[in-house]
This record gives sequence, C-alpha cells and structure tokens, in this order.
Amino acid sequence: MSRPEVRIKDLHKSFGDNHVLRGIDLEIAQGEVVCVIGPSGSGKSTLLRCVNLLEEPGAGKVFVGGCEVTDPDVDIDAVRRRIGMVFQQFNLFPHLSVTGNLTLPQRRVLRRGKAESARIAAEHLARVGLSEKADAFPAALSGGQQQRVAIARALAMGPEVMLFDEPTSALDPELVGEVLAVMRMLADEGMTMMVVTHEMTFAREVADRVVFMDGGVIVEEGRPEQVVTAPRHERTRHFLSRLLDPAMAEVEPERPQGAGGDGPSPKRPPDPGLPDR
Amino acid sequence: MADTDMPVQPRRTGLTIRQRRRLSRGAQYVVFVAVVALVAVTADWGRLQNQFAQPDIARQLFPDIITVALKNTVLYTLSGFVVGLVLGMVVALMRLSSVGPYRWLASVYIEIFRGLPALLIFIFVGTGVPLAFPSVQYPGGIYGKVAVALGLVSAAYMAETIRAGIQAVPKGQTEAARSLGFSPARTMVSIVLPQAFRIILPPLTNELVLLFKDSSLVLFLGVTLEQRELAKFGNDLASTTANSTPILVAGLCYLLVTIPLSLVVRRMESRARREIR
Repeated sequence: MSRPEVRIKDLHKSFGDNHVLRGIDLEIAQGEVVCVIGPSGSGKSTLLRCVNLLEEPGAGKVFVGGCEVTDPDVDIDAVRRRIGMVFQQFNLFPHLSVTGNLTLPQRRVLRRGKAESARIAAEHLARVGLSEKADAFPAALSGGQQQRVAIARALAMGPEVMLFDEPTSALDPELVGEVLAVMRMLADEGMTMMVVTHEMTFAREVADRVVFMDGGVIVEEGRPEQVVTAPRHERTRHFLSRLLDPAMAEVEPERPQGAGGDGPSPKRPPDPGLPDR
Repeated sequence: MADTDMPVQPRRTGLTIRQRRRLSRGAQYVVFVAVVALVAVTADWGRLQNQFAQPDIARQLFPDIITVALKNTVLYTLSGFVVGLVLGMVVALMRLSSVGPYRWLASVYIEIFRGLPALLIFIFVGTGVPLAFPSVQYPGGIYGKVAVALGLVSAAYMAETIRAGIQAVPKGQTEAARSLGFSPARTMVSIVLPQAFRIILPPLTNELVLLFKDSSLVLFLGVTLEQRELAKFGNDLASTTANSTPILVAGLCYLLVTIPLSLVVRRMESRARREIR
C-alpha cells in the first residue's frame, strides 16, 4: 500500500442517545476502491459523511491527503474541494442547466475563468457520456443521467478522493448499470474511492477491499472475494444472505426487551425503485 | 330493511340522490337570483349615478389622476417594496441565524410589526421618528418617509415568506454545495436563495398587491398637491366637487393594477403546481 489518502482514527459519532459510530479505524490507500456495506442504521453513511465533515464527529480524527479534516482550525471549504461527493438523491441544482451545474462550482469555488470552466465541464460531460444533455435542466433527465451529471460535477473540481453515498439506491433498476459503469471507469483510472453501496456485484468486481459495518463498528474487512463470498462472521453471513435473496427472509419472532443488543428486525435492502422523496 | 333484494331503494322522499342534488342546486340558484334582484330593484340607481358616475366630473380628473396620482401610488409602492424586500431578507436571515440574539431580535421585530395596524406605523414614522431624531432627514423627502413606513410594515410579512422559502429548499442542496467547497454565504447566495425566490414569487407578488393598497395611508403623512396618490387625490376632489365620482374613478385605477397582478400570481401558481410533478 502506498501512503494512505484517507485515514480515520477511532471515530465516534452520536445523534442524541443514538451512538451511531463506536470507534472506527480505517485507512484507504491512494487509488484504492473501498466499498462499505452493512444493514441500514449500521452507520456506514454517517461514516462517509464524516470524511468531508458533513457530519461533525463526536470524537476521533479524520485525515484526507495528510490534512486533518477534524482540526477545528482547518479551512474546511479548502479540504472539501479535494473530496468529491455523490449523493443518493443526486442533489443537482435544479435552477441551473447541466453545464451550469458543472461550471458554477468551478467558477465560484476554484475561481476558474468562464472559458476554462466550460471546457472542463464539456470534458467531464463527455466522460460520463452526456455531452448531448449539456443544455438540459436536471428535471428533464432520468435518474441515471442525473447521477452521472452529479459525478461529472464532482469530477470537474479535480478531487483526490470520491465519496459515494448509495449512488444507485434511488434509481430504477434498469438505470443502475449506467451509473456503475461510470464508477467502474473511475476505479480503472485509479481514483481513490469510498463507496457505500448495496450493489454486491459492483463490490465484488470493482472494490479492492470490502468493509462490513454493523452496529457502528467494522465487523470485518478484506478482499471482496473473501468478505462477500466467504464471510468469517455470522453477522456478515446473515446480512449477505438477506441481501442476495431478500425473498428468503423470515419474520423473526419478537424477542423480549434487552435480549441481544444487535438483533435488528429483518429489514429488506432499500428497494432501488423507491426514491424516498 | 328486510328486503335485501333491492339494495338501492329510493329514500323516504321518493327521490334518487341525483334528483335531490338537482333540487338543492335549483334552490340555491333561486335564492341567489332573488337576492340579486332585490338589491337591483330596491337600490336608487338614479341617485347613485348622480353621486358616483358623473361623466363630466370624471373627465376633469384626467390626466392628473394618471400622471400624478397613479404615478405616485406606483412610486410609493415600489419604493416601499424595495425597502421591505431588503429589510425582510435581513430579518429572515437573522431568524435562521445560529446566533441566538439575532433570532430573538428578528422574532420580536416580526411579531411587533405584524401585530400593529399599518396606520399606526405610518403615524410613528411620520411624527415619532422626526421627534426622536431631529437631525435625521428622510432621504428623498416624502418618498423616503413612505418607503420607510411601507418597508417596515411589509418587511415583517416578507421576512416570514422568505424564511419559509429558504426552508423549503431541500437540505441536500446545501449539502451538495458545501461538499463542493462553497462557503456558507456562497451557498446561500448562489444555491439556496435563487431556488427560494422561485418558490416565494407568488406570495411576494401578493405582498406587492397589499402594499399597493396600503400606500393609501400616505395621506396621514401630510402631502403636497404634487405628492398625492390615488386615494387622497380621489378624496380631495370628491370634496371640492361635492360629488363621489372621483372616488369611483380612483377605485378603478387601483383595480387597473391589482387585477392584472393577481392574474400573474395565479398563473405563476398554476405553473409551479405543474412543475412539482
């Protein structure tokens, strides 16, 4: 492994009484693709959002590219320029055209000129295969196209790391492929990526490492073929079996209060056809 | 009922639901026409025309009622609207501030100025403020005074409207902007406010209509002949001609502006509804 691009040390985070992250240690090397999987409520999205400080951790440290993100005196806007983020709900700016979505951040944040930002925007739109939609508005695009624009918007800022927060969970099933293809291309180009996902095929084929989280801790991590195909922990096995074959899940009888802290009710993986708007 | 073979029996009245609905509708029409006819028959149209619709007197009003009165009404309204919008924006941002005293001050302002009749605020601005600060002159004379008075009133309402608009912009928009490296202020100006204003354009236009009518309160500030607006103009000429025709014409001039504005609002609202999908 070369020097770590992302380093997370003993990270804790609570929402009120809800202790979401209970001491996370994780390093991501330059050019590495790490997929974070786990049941909903396991803290994986919160962990991702702590990396660019969209969530303020309660304790612990996060370094990105050697710079401490959690330092109270850090210029967080400067750090965030180096971290691209892609959201489940795309979050394109609806009042701007596709090109506007790509150029406005470059111009306002990086102070690039009009011509330069337009050129870079066109370059990245071409990379995600959406050059012909340059003048369209987000509302006119399919979910898959919106997500590809969102990826292009993040890439246009020239990030060192890309964070993906369930990028395909809000998509209709037939649109998932086009987004994963763009992500695979990025991985092949050597982008450092941290991906929270339920796409096991993507994790198995693209990730260098898979991290399984449950109950706010990392339960196990390793090569994807090892974690996904031959998990060592019972919790991982249980999660994967439900994810790969949701129809096989059984109604678990309710247990009396206080028994088994980590026994979540049987939850289906998020239905990809159901954007929670 | 024992006879279950005939489930849709007519009720005791012997009428079907459709017939009863028709009867009720017919009764409403009869009452409506009767009331209109009663008013039309009992009113003394001759005297009314004599007092309110004298073509000769109406003709005397032109062109001054347009070039002076309507022009002043529009000027007062617009200047008040601009002051109200700027002040309302400041108050709205204060209400949403993370600084406690700002929020507190903004709430107090809104409650006071929404709770007071506009007339009292006009009197306060016209006489109270010059008494308290003798050295301070309103810029633009009467226009400045009106702008301040109308602005103070409308700012309280607009602040609430603007705040609601800002809060209606999804949180993901702020998160996307911040994760791209936008500062909080930049995020507000470039991403949140443009979307918020699109949402609140109809209620803001409604506020403009309200201000247009409230501008009639200028007559309590004491104005010269050249500074009269529609209501004062109509009232003055009604007393000099000893006839109410100027009141009617002034009223029509108000409607000349407010009805098109209302139509614009209605169109904006229906378009916004369509865009929500």
